[in-house]
Amino acid sequence: MNIAKLTRQAVLALLAMPLLSGVATAYELTIPSLDYRTGPYAPNGIPFANGYGDYLHMLNERDGGINGSKINLVACETAYNTKRGVECYENTKGEGESGALVYQPLSTGITYQLIPKSSVDRIPVFSMGYGRTSAANGKVFPWVFNFPATYWDQATVFIRYIGEKEGGMDKLKGKKIALVYHNSAYGKEPIRTLEKAAEQYGFEFLQLPVDHPGQEQKSTWLQVRQERPDWVLMWGWGVMNQVAIKEAASIRYPMDHFIGVWWSGSENDVLPAGDAAHGYLSGAFHQPGGNFPAHDDIRKYVYDKGMGLGERDRIGEVLYNRGLVAAMWTSEAIRKAMEIHKTNKIKGVHVRDGFEALDVDEARLTELGLPGFTIPVKITCENHEGPGKVALQQWDAKAQKWSLVSGFYEPLRDITAPLIAEDSAQYAKENGVVPRICG
Amino acid sequence: MIYRETGQFKSSYESDQALFPIKQDRYVILGVLIVTFGVVPGLLNEYWLNAILLPFLIYALAALGLNILTGYCGQVSLGTGGFMAVGAFSVYKLMIAFPELGFIPLVLLSGVITAAVGALFGLPSLRIKGFYLAVATLAAQFFLIWLFNKVGWFFNYNASGMINSPPMTVFGVIITGPEGDMTGKYYLVATFVALFALVAKNLARGRIGRNWMAIRDMDIAAELIGVRPLIAKLSAFAVSSFYIGMAGALYFAVWLGSAEPTEAFDINQSFLVLFMIIIGGLGSVLGSFLGAGFMVLMPILLKNIMVDGFGTDAALAAHIEIITVGVLIIGFLIVEPHGLARLWRIAKEKMRLWPFPH
Repeated sequence: MNIAKLTRQAVLALLAMPLLSGVATAYELTIPSLDYRTGPYAPNGIPFANGYGDYLHMLNERDGGINGSKINLVACETAYNTKRGVECYENTKGEGESGALVYQPLSTGITYQLIPKSSVDRIPVFSMGYGRTSAANGKVFPWVFNFPATYWDQATVFIRYIGEKEGGMDKLKGKKIALVYHNSAYGKEPIRTLEKAAEQYGFEFLQLPVDHPGQEQKSTWLQVRQERPDWVLMWGWGVMNQVAIKEAASIRYPMDHFIGVWWSGSENDVLPAGDAAHGYLSGAFHQPGGNFPAHDDIRKYVYDKGMGLGERDRIGEVLYNRGLVAAMWTSEAIRKAMEIHKTNKIKGVHVRDGFEALDVDEARLTELGLPGFTIPVKITCENHEGPGKVALQQWDAKAQKWSLVSGFYEPLRDITAPLIAEDSAQYAKENGVVPRICG
Repeated sequence: MIYRETGQFKSSYESDQALFPIKQDRYVILGVLIVTFGVVPGLLNEYWLNAILLPFLIYALAALGLNILTGYCGQVSLGTGGFMAVGAFSVYKLMIAFPELGFIPLVLLSGVITAAVGALFGLPSLRIKGFYLAVATLAAQFFLIWLFNKVGWFFNYNASGMINSPPMTVFGVIITGPEGDMTGKYYLVATFVALFALVAKNLARGRIGRNWMAIRDMDIAAELIGVRPLIAKLSAFAVSSFYIGMAGALYFAVWLGSAEPTEAFDINQSFLVLFMIIIGGLGSVLGSFLGAGFMVLMPILLKNIMVDGFGTDAALAAHIEIITVGVLIIGFLIVEPHGLARLWRIAKEKMRLWPFPH
């Protein structure tokens, strides 16, 4: 191809950019995927995006899409950067005949940007277990869904787990619990909950911020060494996780007293620390491992045809499965929306109804080839956070794999519920939202 | 050719001192303004307005501000992100506390607050120069961001430390918040930018601007001929921060709608604006626009050509984009170290002489 031709094509492509929509013949379901395969958080973003995309491609190949309508996955690179995320949103929201059906923003910053936009553009936001916790209140945030559990649920579950290990919640009195957190909106989320819990159970709560991107944590861990907290919790992401685990290992902090949020518990985070990471804990709401029937289908229908987004042997990594479970709930919500509105030609506004009627129980999970993979989820008009249950998983450095070591705990709702009510009321006030009436 | 000043006689001092003494220049500016305000909003869709033109205009305003300080007064600053954050957090606090004042006065007021902060951080410039001053302003950047991240009062004790812009109207049109009218936002920002570009152009050629340039070219000589460095340097810091503060306020309230200090105003922001004025042209109003255009539009253009045009994989396109923008920056600086504005000036000179170049 010569330069002139290339330029001509480029110019044509550019001119056609806003007009590209509407060429598809059959009705396609547009699902944008805001990936971040570049930048400091790429090691975590890549497996998630692969799991998300592979599952949806598998549906296309195996079932011909959802109820016979093909899925058009539109990838857009955000580099975990809010401004680029917004650009991606604006660029993809009108894509195809259906328009974007649902967004999975994948960063707290982008989620906060999309929350107000979602109600204007009438496209639901599915911030699965992240983003704004008080979006759990469906009355104030009708367009945002953050099931299966929020950061606040998770923080209280950790406190419950610690209480259990210490021999009862009353034993928490006088203990010292530290939080090592990413110094951003995301990392600050659990602070208020933990402060409340500290008040209630009488433990001492220590805050240790780590600045973006988190490669330098010597001083943080020196503080841990001086203060000797009984337990360390971590809200980290990207390179910060592995550095923290290495630093913890270097001060010989007991790994089984070190609990990460569910974004701090993937293979990427623990492998660099080698054997020293053995016993490290993290939150989880789904199983690790790649041996579920759905994984086999992905291998058979996607990877055998050479369409896989990632590497075959990384199927089943923790973050891959997280992407997969996000895709599963998303496709189920779309299916539900088609059922409710009795048409395949749905738009974002209908998918929201699908999310609100979502009910994926164990029987349905088995049908989907994911038996026991995650907790049953049932969403209602007022409850957008679903069950809120969280389990803990532990890293086995010898076998090099994660496994769940606890059942699913109920969160301490007496702590989280008032906080959610308070925070969502503040949002409603600041932004002039009138809470809707449910049921 | 058509660009020639032959035959345009100046018969009064006013016409000789006009902002644009050449008739063709006036027509071009008028044309640009007509296109900006008359044609663009009707022609372009929401994606273009929100994702391309708004950031371009807002960054152009910030680049204008930095250009006053660095380009005209010669004081290198790496604190742009921090000063933008001052503007954003001021307008946020003001919008919550005094919504009745109206949005435009609040933006101007947050510019004034930023000007005060900027002048304060400009004080070291009286003793230190060049790279050392850059380091001092870098300290301002880190200090300000740390402050906005640390002290709860600035973000109204929000649990996550984010700020959200409440809805506000200008002439009955909602400008900020999610329901903001896209065309209204565009008009507001474009008006701000056009107005303050004019102010900058005027300032630069007047007494104050000449003082700044004297300081830039040789501060000891300037002092000897009677320019007071204290006044000149601090006024440059104040005026520059005023512009940057307004840009920060618009950036947060109109464009983004919500922001967290560590991400929206980090050091990369400072570098981005500095790159804009270096590529666009130091000491040039036009250069600020060209630089902002280059740095904002080029990545999006490349991405759209690659992903939508050729169907390149999104991640691969992102990597190619980083490489290409870097290569283009280096290429431009080798070919024309004085920036894009200088290219325009050369073109103008050539056109004046055409077709007799010797």
